[in-house]
Amino acid sequence: MTGAPRPATSRAPGEPLLTVRDLHVHLGRSHVLQGVDLDVEKGAVTGLLGRNGVGKTTTLKALLGLVPRTGTIRLQGVDGSIEKRPTPWVVRQGVGYVPEDREVFAGLTVEENLRLAEPMARATGVEPDYDQVHQLFGELYERRKQKAGTLSGGQQQMVALARVLLGRPRLLLVDEPTKGLSPRLVTEVAQVLERVAERTTVLLVEQNLSVVRHLVQRVVVLDAGRVVHRGEAAELLADADRTRELLGVGARRDAKADAGTARPEVTS
Amino acid sequence: MSTLLLLLATGLGLGALYFLVASGLSLIYGLMGVLNFAHGAFLSAGAYGTWWASQHLPGAGPDGAGFWLAVTFGVAVGAVLAALVELLLIRPLYRRHIEQVLVTVGLSLAAVALLQGIWGSDPIPFPRPSWTAGTVRVAGAAIPADRFLLIAAALAVLGGLLALLRYTRVGLVIRAGVENRSMVEALGIDVRRTFTLVFAVGGAAAALAGALGSVYLGSVTPQQGTSLLIFAFIVVVIGGLGSVTGSAAAAVVVGLVQQLANYYAASGVGDLSVVLLLAFVLLARPQGLSGRTA
Amino acid sequence: MSTPQDLTERFANRVRGRGSAGDGTGGEPGTGGGVSTSGSRASWRRRLGWVVPVVVLLVLAWLPYVNVSVPGLFSGVSNSPGTMQLLALSLTFGGIALSYDVLFGRTGLLSFGHALFVAAGSYTTALALGQLRVGLPVAVLLAVAVGVVLPLVVGAVALRVSGIAFAMVTLAFAQAGSILVLRNPGGATGGEEGLPLLRERVPDLLTGVVNAPYRYWLALAYLALCWVVVAWLVRSRAGHAWAAVRENAERLAVLGVSTYRAKLLAFVVGSLLGTLGGVVHLLVVGGATPFVTTTEFTLALLVMVVLGGAGSRWGAVIGGVLYTYLDNRLLQLASSDVVAGLPPVLRVPASEPLFVLGTLFVLVVFFAPGGLAGRVARRGRGRRTAPAVEGEDET
Repeated sequence: MTGAPRPATSRAPGEPLLTVRDLHVHLGRSHVLQGVDLDVEKGAVTGLLGRNGVGKTTTLKALLGLVPRTGTIRLQGVDGSIEKRPTPWVVRQGVGYVPEDREVFAGLTVEENLRLAEPMARATGVEPDYDQVHQLFGELYERRKQKAGTLSGGQQQMVALARVLLGRPRLLLVDEPTKGLSPRLVTEVAQVLERVAERTTVLLVEQNLSVVRHLVQRVVVLDAGRVVHRGEAAELLADADRTRELLGVGARRDAKADAGTARPEVTS
Repeated sequence: MSTLLLLLATGLGLGALYFLVASGLSLIYGLMGVLNFAHGAFLSAGAYGTWWASQHLPGAGPDGAGFWLAVTFGVAVGAVLAALVELLLIRPLYRRHIEQVLVTVGLSLAAVALLQGIWGSDPIPFPRPSWTAGTVRVAGAAIPADRFLLIAAALAVLGGLLALLRYTRVGLVIRAGVENRSMVEALGIDVRRTFTLVFAVGGAAAALAGALGSVYLGSVTPQQGTSLLIFAFIVVVIGGLGSVTGSAAAAVVVGLVQQLANYYAASGVGDLSVVLLLAFVLLARPQGLSGRTA
Repeated sequence: MSTPQDLTERFANRVRGRGSAGDGTGGEPGTGGGVSTSGSRASWRRRLGWVVPVVVLLVLAWLPYVNVSVPGLFSGVSNSPGTMQLLALSLTFGGIALSYDVLFGRTGLLSFGHALFVAAGSYTTALALGQLRVGLPVAVLLAVAVGVVLPLVVGAVALRVSGIAFAMVTLAFAQAGSILVLRNPGGATGGEEGLPLLRERVPDLLTGVVNAPYRYWLALAYLALCWVVVAWLVRSRAGHAWAAVRENAERLAVLGVSTYRAKLLAFVVGSLLGTLGGVVHLLVVGGATPFVTTTEFTLALLVMVVLGGAGSRWGAVIGGVLYTYLDNRLLQLASSDVVAGLPPVLRVPASEPLFVLGTLFVLVVFFAPGGLAGRVARRGRGRRTAPAVEGEDET
């Protein structure tokens, strides 16, 4: 991996780009989010962690308005709370979304997938950033006429990332970008995200603790629809017991392996 | 031989009619998740609009250019009605597919009743340009010209729809929306704007089916829309919800099967075979229903 | 886009979600009626739950002895043959709507084929009386046999798919039945004319204009039977399984719980009650009419159930009765002086019952989700149930 590790010592939280207070989501009869408070610091990568089914994905969807929600959601530079706004409006304020399972348009070509994101850029008054996309994802340019559904999982993840970066989001919501990818691709995706994080604020849902350790500065941990922990990523990961307690059994091996290691390889 | 040719032409003509209705239904379902029972009302609007225009609209009439003006008027009525239905009744229930479908069911009941109330339930003679009553000789068979009218109209609509979907920005959004509407919105595109368009286009195609179908049948009744709608639903499902080309292929198959079986087996067997074909297709590939647009 | 599979489950959830408080009799575990209320109140409701229906039943049973004139509501006095006939038909449809609600409101199955089973009851009985020359009891038994076997076969096939696909397969079967009846094979079904009821094979009490009260009681008995069966089943284990299927078919499937048997049971029970409804319809109307075979007929049932309130006994019954009453009564009123005196703009719509009903239905969908019964129940309870949220397209 390239790039220096980010500072892991305690520091004062920076200016929040996104402020969420008392976020509730009901899906059918289940009360999925039960008053989530969340700050996303400008310029940083915030990790949204927790076991399966605690509401991480729902939180991202609620922020975008893909599921009905109540609470206060404030985005810097936008007057008032955005929780009543429809999804396209929220996105046009510069909120990009990379969903779990990529959700590229399988029947559309790579090029068409990217073209769909153009209005998002124009809404914020910039031209679509094809340069950055081609720089980051050279391979996609070669495959631009190919149907996205015929790409590999890793390539599809790249399409999903390229698509959203085209719109130059101020805030990027990324849901488990490394899920189901081979170790080599995990590294690749993490590298792309690292470069993306240099110029945009990221809220990242991620299960792979190596990736978390490498990319994330601050963490918010959810359990059963509530925030149960918030703080510095390094501090949490340094405490294997606490990590296991908060993130579940699946995290055990990673946590132990990572504990005390100065610079873990993302691929491990 | 000439009988077979006549049957094939008639089957294709029927298939063309089904396609005109089914293409809009399929796009509406694919994009919005709404099984649109009000589509029969759009069809009737086209038929009655054309008939009304041929009597009352200056310049319009039952023959020549006047006929085409009347048809244009009927198609416009269908498109406007469809757009209004989407804007006033479907849009406020955004995301509530169930209520949306129920509203279209209510509309379909009310529309048939209203037409019946205004113009009665007896068949009204429909304007037929004189040339549609003639025949064209194809390989020794005398094929009524109205079959070709239907087929040509369906081909034109098919071509137009595919061009719209493949070469325009809004077509790209529709294709993407059929695949995954939430994701389109998550890219900052207000996909609702395309709903009205899809309704209007679907309504126009259905209205054209209403006008030309009435030429074929020689008369128009309030119930015409409903009876065609059932077979159009079957075509949509067999063709794959959301797929225009699928609808076209399924419409041809359904039209031909229906005609040939009705003639060679017994009257009614064709209708039954179509219905059984639907059940068979659904059971054989229940997953094959999801949408591909082009 | 929506997967077809989840659509109809949501379909019914959605309609029912808000109307879940609509079951006036309360006390049904798992439907949000009795469970959410506190223990003592719930048991109080459960114990008294049967009182209201029984009182209503007794009042209705006594109605043929009441001789009052209600201008506007009925064309004649309350126990005139015409009024009795109209009420008998309305009650029959109340029962048939209830049978449809077993599928739609209780189990979340959107069937477009219910007409097939109603028609099976009507035509089997008519054919058995006319062609086989058997007596009414044997004919009814035959209809019941058909009413068990036919839905078993259709359900076993159709339930291999779900959602819109299920709706379409049931539509296909019903359409096949409709075509068969209309084509009049061998002159057996009478085609568009329908089949008259062979009067000499039916007890005198059920035929003739003056015996309308007996047909009324027959319809009332049928409705009561449907009510009892549904009330009993929704409280049984089967009913809990239905509710589970309705609320969360996907989750059950993920957990590996087979919903097939629960759905099939609902399908057979609903259809059998529908078949009996067909028998009663035949006797009340005095013939089998091809209208009961059509998709329009099933759509009318859907409208009735939603109008009244899906997943609620009162809802389905009120919807069925109200729809049928208005459908017929508005037609009678259309020829009255009041309507004839209206300007055309009002007269034309007012003289078309289905226009009025279709419009009313759209209004209910817009402004009273949960149906008319749901509206009343909600107000009675003084709180709105949280709107059921739709998980929009994320599947």
